[in-house]
Amino acid sequence: MTDMSVPAAPASRHTGPEARLRLEKRYASERRFERYGMAALSFAIAALFLLLWTILSNGATAFFQTHIRLEVHFDPATIDPDGKRDPAAFRQANWAAVARAALQEKFPEVRGRLPLRQLDALLSDGAQIELLRMVSADPGLLGQRREVWLLTSSDVDMIQKGHSARDVPEASRRVNDAQLSWLDRLAAEGRLEKRFNTRFFTAADSRQPELVGVWGGVVGSFLTLGMTLLLAFPMGVAAAIYLEEYAPKNRFTDLIEVNINNLAAVPSIVYGLLGLAVFLQFFGMPRSAPIVGGVVLALMSLPIIIIASRAALRSVPPSIREAALGIGASKMQAIFHHILPLAMPGIMTGTIIALAHALGETAPLLMIGMVAFVVDIPAGPLSPSTVLPVQIFMWADNPERGFVEKTSAAIMTLLVFLLLMNAAAIWLRKKFERRW
Amino acid sequence: MANEHIVKSYDEELKRLTNLLARMGGLVESQIATAIQAVVQRDAELAATVVSVDVKVDDLEREIDDQVLRVMALRQPVAGDLRLVLGALRIGADLERAADYAKNVAKRASVLAQVPPLRPVHSIPRMGAMVREMLKDVLDAFAAQDLVKAVSVWNRDEELDEMYSSLFRELLTYMMEDPRNISGSTHLLFIAKNIERIGDHTTNIAETIHFLVKGVPLREARPKGDASSFAVVTADAKKA
Amino acid sequence: MDATVTTQNVSGATVPVPMPMPASKVAARGVNVHYGAKHALKSVDIDIRENQVTAFIGPSGCGKSTFLRCINRMNDTIASCRVTGDLRLDGQDIYDRSVDVVQLRARVGMVFQKANPFPKSIFENVAYGPKIHGLATKRSEFEEIVEKSLRGAGLWEEVKDRLDDPGTGLSGGQQQRLCIARAIAVSPEVILMDEPCSALDPIATAHVEELIDGLKSDYTIVIVTHNMQQAARVSQRTAFFHLGTLVEEDDTAKIFTNPRDERTQGYITGRYG
Repeated sequence: MTDMSVPAAPASRHTGPEARLRLEKRYASERRFERYGMAALSFAIAALFLLLWTILSNGATAFFQTHIRLEVHFDPATIDPDGKRDPAAFRQANWAAVARAALQEKFPEVRGRLPLRQLDALLSDGAQIELLRMVSADPGLLGQRREVWLLTSSDVDMIQKGHSARDVPEASRRVNDAQLSWLDRLAAEGRLEKRFNTRFFTAADSRQPELVGVWGGVVGSFLTLGMTLLLAFPMGVAAAIYLEEYAPKNRFTDLIEVNINNLAAVPSIVYGLLGLAVFLQFFGMPRSAPIVGGVVLALMSLPIIIIASRAALRSVPPSIREAALGIGASKMQAIFHHILPLAMPGIMTGTIIALAHALGETAPLLMIGMVAFVVDIPAGPLSPSTVLPVQIFMWADNPERGFVEKTSAAIMTLLVFLLLMNAAAIWLRKKFERRW
Repeated sequence: MANEHIVKSYDEELKRLTNLLARMGGLVESQIATAIQAVVQRDAELAATVVSVDVKVDDLEREIDDQVLRVMALRQPVAGDLRLVLGALRIGADLERAADYAKNVAKRASVLAQVPPLRPVHSIPRMGAMVREMLKDVLDAFAAQDLVKAVSVWNRDEELDEMYSSLFRELLTYMMEDPRNISGSTHLLFIAKNIERIGDHTTNIAETIHFLVKGVPLREARPKGDASSFAVVTADAKKA
Repeated sequence: MDATVTTQNVSGATVPVPMPMPASKVAARGVNVHYGAKHALKSVDIDIRENQVTAFIGPSGCGKSTFLRCINRMNDTIASCRVTGDLRLDGQDIYDRSVDVVQLRARVGMVFQKANPFPKSIFENVAYGPKIHGLATKRSEFEEIVEKSLRGAGLWEEVKDRLDDPGTGLSGGQQQRLCIARAIAVSPEVILMDEPCSALDPIATAHVEELIDGLKSDYTIVIVTHNMQQAARVSQRTAFFHLGTLVEEDDTAKIFTNPRDERTQGYITGRYG
């Protein structure tokens, strides 16, 4: 019963020095825990910054390439000996000679085959393509002289950016003393300049580091992921709805559930092998094609999307389902009018996480030939292509010095891609999110 | 009420109500006894104490009213509890009326003490004893929720009524014999009537007990033994 | 199996009355409900009268909500739930194969314990039922139904200027009345209410109770409540369930003044342990 005869001492058990000690102990452990958390967070932030700093410091220079300003004489005798102004004929012309002529005009004192070749080596092969593009766009240039910024070779670029050292013995340099002196002269005349590297965002892969671009990889990734989304999203959501709302709860569905959870943990290379065996060898689908990559990544993403979608469906309050059923909605109406819209933010978050995961995936794509050297921007899901992570992998594997900065730049591109996807995810979630 | 409420304080409040009633019942019982004693012993002083103690009865009734109001407002009793609370209210009122009649008896006792003693006064203690026993039994029946006892009280009222009727006839005859007896006899008649009324209230209490135990009113027509309303005494009858 | 046999014995022995009783909207004879191995409802016989409010009271887990959910077959959504016996709406077996559950739920509306408006506008909440049942096609028809239903639920004056606001933005009591409006928008015959006021404050509860009282002239209402005073206030008939059996069903006034069964008495007076 209510016994009111509690010891009538003035000090309750919650005041007094002993209690204060207990309280202090409690606060101390709380503060300790807070500090652990802050330490963990600081470590993570430091690691992230280190990573970003490495990538940025390595890759920032890739967005600028060294160019030489030369006065080019668009000599009709070399470019268009027939005088037909035929664009097809331009392509056959000896553009190397045009570029070389411009250089030699600058350095008339250089004589002899070897020095001339070395002089030639200052310019990239890409310079010829630039000249061709200029004339193709404006045939009126023929016979004229123009100051043109021409792309240098990667070796020169590396020297100019300071990535290759000048003060080592000539023998261990890829740029010799003579070339260095020419470069210095050009620099003194203001004819040497680092200009923005548009090519990096428009071109595909190349053997020469100064000519590479990520656009091929971006388009490849885009096509592959598009394929993945198209396949995995509807299939995953449909499977999740079936499992969550329709499937009877028995041993068979339990088995399916366990398997889905296991599939989410299967190493991605296994999916690659599956794609190789089933899609390439059995169905004979094209190698290196985004469609196959998309299918393989879709298979890989499917379990994640199913799991996330089921969780999202389950998190819709049962009261909403009851409300719908209670006024006579059929099961399907309840699902499509009420439950699915409410689950959509969660489903989309899961899907985008799965896609982001797929975007960074290389292993399964290696198996189905998406590791190919592709110099063209992929035209469609059937044309050979590569994807950004594979591109990064290939460049990182390349011994040439010029690829180091390109690799980092490609990583940055990939991160931006990911960032955009996540931003899209947040935007979509906000758009679909509703209170209940 | 076989078992207890989950909320024990509810039980305590109901208990307080029944205790108040028991106290009031006991007080009314002693009031009646004292009043009858005052009549028999022609003791005006005793009669005066009855009148003064009646205030206590009224206080108790007010206390019961308050407690009923309190339980109704705070507990919202239903079913058996509701009937108990309403029954308590009614029993309280009946007891208060009974006490008033006892007070009336006492007042007349002091008047009677001033007139010469009358013979029929001997019936009064018999009626008084009977009504006291009825009241005691009905209070016991209430405390024990004893339906059988309550009904027996209810049935005994007929006897009391018959006693009153015969006393009524006796007093009429008495008055006819000698007009000087009229004053004393009238008072005696009223005393008997008051005792008979106390009996009626006691049966009311018995009926209330029946209602609060069974939930339905005691349906059969109450036996009526009081024929005085129809009593006519003629000189012939007296002779016969 | 055993339970079913018992049921037939019980109903055969104790209910010699022929099925359709006058003015009985819902009639149950020997209704048993099992959740897997658990016998949740044992041989319930009851007649729910038309245009009256019937309250189900009883301790938690006594089967009152289970029985309520049998009437519109909401129990169908629980896989392990099995209903046997005879349960009729206007003389037609609710659990007959030919009964379409969607149509049944249009006839027997439901209001839940927690106000559960859809996360949509007030208008859409009310118009949803008529839409899926095809009761209206034109915007003007929907507007008419929405206004009528909201008026019926006593909510029109409060929300008429903000029909496009989300239903979830209303107060608790308003949300529950919105749910009632949503239920009556389908023009049901019976409205089941599963503890509709358990989350509401006394004023909001009073509004809903007043509403229930007004609705009974048009609908047959069955309300499950834990609040006995509420049962006493709103209902004409009260049924007391205990441990899966229907102990007693009678006029509300009778139940609350002089119940027949000891268990009912014990429960309503607060003696039930």
